[in-house]
Amino acid sequence: MVGAFIMSALAVDDAFRIHMGILTLILGIGVVVAMRLPAPVEGVAHSAGYMDGPVRVGSILTVFWGIIGFTVGLVAALQLAFPELNFGPWLNFGRIRPLHTSAVIFAFGGTALITTSFYVVQRTTRARLFGGDLAWFVFWGYQLFIALAATGYLLGITQSREYAEPEWYVDLWLTVVWVAYLVVFLGTLLKRKEPHIYVANWFYLAFIVTVALLHVVNNLAVPVSFFGSRSYSLFSGVQDALTQWWYGHNAVGFFLTAGFLGMMYYFLPKQAERPVYSYRLSIIHFWALIFLYIWAGPHHLHYTALPDWAQTLGMVFSIMLWMPSWGGMINGLMTLRGAWDKMRTDPIIRMMVIAVAFYGMSTFEGPVMSIKSVNALSHYTDWTIGHVHSGALGWVGMISFGAIYFLVPRLWGRERLYSLRMVNWHFWLATLGIVVYAAVMWVSGIMQGLMWREYDSQGFLVYSFAESVAAMHPYYVMRAAGGLLYLAGGLVMAFNIAMTIAGRVRTERPMPTPAQLQPAE
Amino acid sequence: MSTNKNTGKPVDDLSGVETTGHEWDGIKELNNPLPRWWLWTFYGCIVWALVYTIFFPAWPMLSSATTGVLGYSSRADLTKTMSEVQVGNQAVVSKIAELPVADILADPELNRFASAAGESAFKVNCTQCHGTGAAGGPGYPNLNDDSWIWGGTIDAIYTTIAHGVRSPTDPDTRYNIMPNFGADELLDAASINTLAEYVASLSGLEGGVNTPEGAQLFSDNCAACHGEGGIGVTDVGGPNLTDALWLYEGSLASIKSQIEKPRHGVMQAWSEKLDDSTIKELAVYVHGLGGGE
Repeated sequence: MVGAFIMSALAVDDAFRIHMGILTLILGIGVVVAMRLPAPVEGVAHSAGYMDGPVRVGSILTVFWGIIGFTVGLVAALQLAFPELNFGPWLNFGRIRPLHTSAVIFAFGGTALITTSFYVVQRTTRARLFGGDLAWFVFWGYQLFIALAATGYLLGITQSREYAEPEWYVDLWLTVVWVAYLVVFLGTLLKRKEPHIYVANWFYLAFIVTVALLHVVNNLAVPVSFFGSRSYSLFSGVQDALTQWWYGHNAVGFFLTAGFLGMMYYFLPKQAERPVYSYRLSIIHFWALIFLYIWAGPHHLHYTALPDWAQTLGMVFSIMLWMPSWGGMINGLMTLRGAWDKMRTDPIIRMMVIAVAFYGMSTFEGPVMSIKSVNALSHYTDWTIGHVHSGALGWVGMISFGAIYFLVPRLWGRERLYSLRMVNWHFWLATLGIVVYAAVMWVSGIMQGLMWREYDSQGFLVYSFAESVAAMHPYYVMRAAGGLLYLAGGLVMAFNIAMTIAGRVRTERPMPTPAQLQPAE
Repeated sequence: MSTNKNTGKPVDDLSGVETTGHEWDGIKELNNPLPRWWLWTFYGCIVWALVYTIFFPAWPMLSSATTGVLGYSSRADLTKTMSEVQVGNQAVVSKIAELPVADILADPELNRFASAAGESAFKVNCTQCHGTGAAGGPGYPNLNDDSWIWGGTIDAIYTTIAHGVRSPTDPDTRYNIMPNFGADELLDAASINTLAEYVASLSGLEGGVNTPEGAQLFSDNCAACHGEGGIGVTDVGGPNLTDALWLYEGSLASIKSQIEKPRHGVMQAWSEKLDDSTIKELAVYVHGLGGGE
């Protein structure tokens, strides 16, 4: 805290001064809160001695960051539809957009991954988290990273690398936190009381190790001053672009795919109460996925200064990635064999199934879009935005919601959720939101791509860029409506979770039981 | 859960499939084989990928990469596509490059091609200020009407585009400056009011009053550029004040503000950015929008 204060006093630029001031404030509040708290709240003590404090706080913060991320996304969508909504330098689209992507990927997704990985690794190793309070350091250290990243964006501090916008000092902090995370996770695996390591933990571990590697390499930079916010990347030109998209693509691959597959492999069989469909498939698709994913990044740079050979490799590795990705979908869906009737009675299972279905859809769409001739149309258009949101809203969001609904009653020792019917409402609002969003972005993205490339018989372009922007206005409005539905679902969840934690149970007509759904004889 | 008599492994009752015998927090794993269709599709993708890399540039070697048996290169592909178009249009393009812009306008075939080319160039370079329909906006002239500040003949339009308006980098640019009658105290407030009312009356704007004093003030201070009676002088870029078309806003208040401290628009000299043929094509397109003289 004192250090941050001194940094603020010595700062060479205003943004850094304000940012360090914010850091001083956060740390100051943190110290006061820590001194006033009597002892860590342990809630329901677990017989096996598991450390569930960070998991409990993490479940609440996952919901919180989800709402923030969806809200900022809605603001960004409305800014595109109605440019009058750009306020200021602080709240214009250029700063709101990274705030949205980071809030969803790193704040919501990252907190969900750390939270569930702490829960899952303890249950599947029958060991308490390694390192004692180191887990708390990881947890709050990561939240500090989120706070610094978010406030930095609004102050205009950015190194302009997509999904890696935070500047050098925030990156260094995340590196420290991430290494501690690896130590906690690996330490817990090492002291496990089970003979084998469960597949969910392989995925979580791959996520932690690879993100560490990606983060460090992509953020190699030289600060202009140790008292300033600016830095220069170690890479330049096309090497810089390739490093960025090696990072960007594998952030999707290892953060949003591998990490959440770890989540799926634990929570789906638990909720379905069925064995995982195929052990062999889980091994093969795990190794195939992590081996192939890391090479597919160049497909983000088709038809650029990147040499042709690298583009080819990026494309063919993406095609080969199709089946390894689908291995997770097959194992998820086939695990439900013998429990399909739960689809009709259990909205949490329904949520997990739609998550896996969207996972399958977007991991098919991805390889298709990596094909150069498809990419020639889809690149730089809204199609890409739609694709990312099928994955983020459909897969990442839905599987996290399912996990949170599974966790909260168990973590607080409640018999059941406040309301299953509200889970069902959440399910339908979110699903409808995604379908609207994705469908609208397909139409507008393909239209946009076709308008850009349309030329007449003499070889002259037919449309100006501004005409393609004007043509997209109605789709932007519809997209915002889809986002609003999704956010509404999130708010229903937040209320449901808050009531569950408060120990309330809603008086409601129960969800139908399988017997009631039998067709009349 | 029963047990397989041969292997001793536990069997899942519901599916009748053996499990691996592991269990984590109640989660078991069935020992199902890889789905055949999954495996064969995976193999298929790998084979396709390898074959593709034989045909296209792919594998990095020590100093370069394999070029692929098709000899494909995205740069060569682009050059070829572009040159096909260029060869097809060669005859017309070279004529446009050689002939003066007035001759291009007069030749129906050249005119048609230049209009299409000009429209395309207009959409890339001009719509930002003049709008996609060339209707302009406050401070940016509408190019569809027949009111021209610097002249509406094909040569005048060509010159305006090539050298810009008040371009700081082109010595031949279209240039004029209207004095700050109010800000520099060349006229007192009462005179500006009388003058503004007189100017407003020329086009019948609300609040316009045609007084002899106003006419005298106009004749002394404005007519040199805006012409006697305010009909405009295109040679010096003095806008016509008698029609209903206004660069900024057709209101008494706007006229008064312009007399007190005029705004001056700038257009870059496009000859610094575009080649001469493109400027000719733009001139033909703009001339053909409806108001060309």
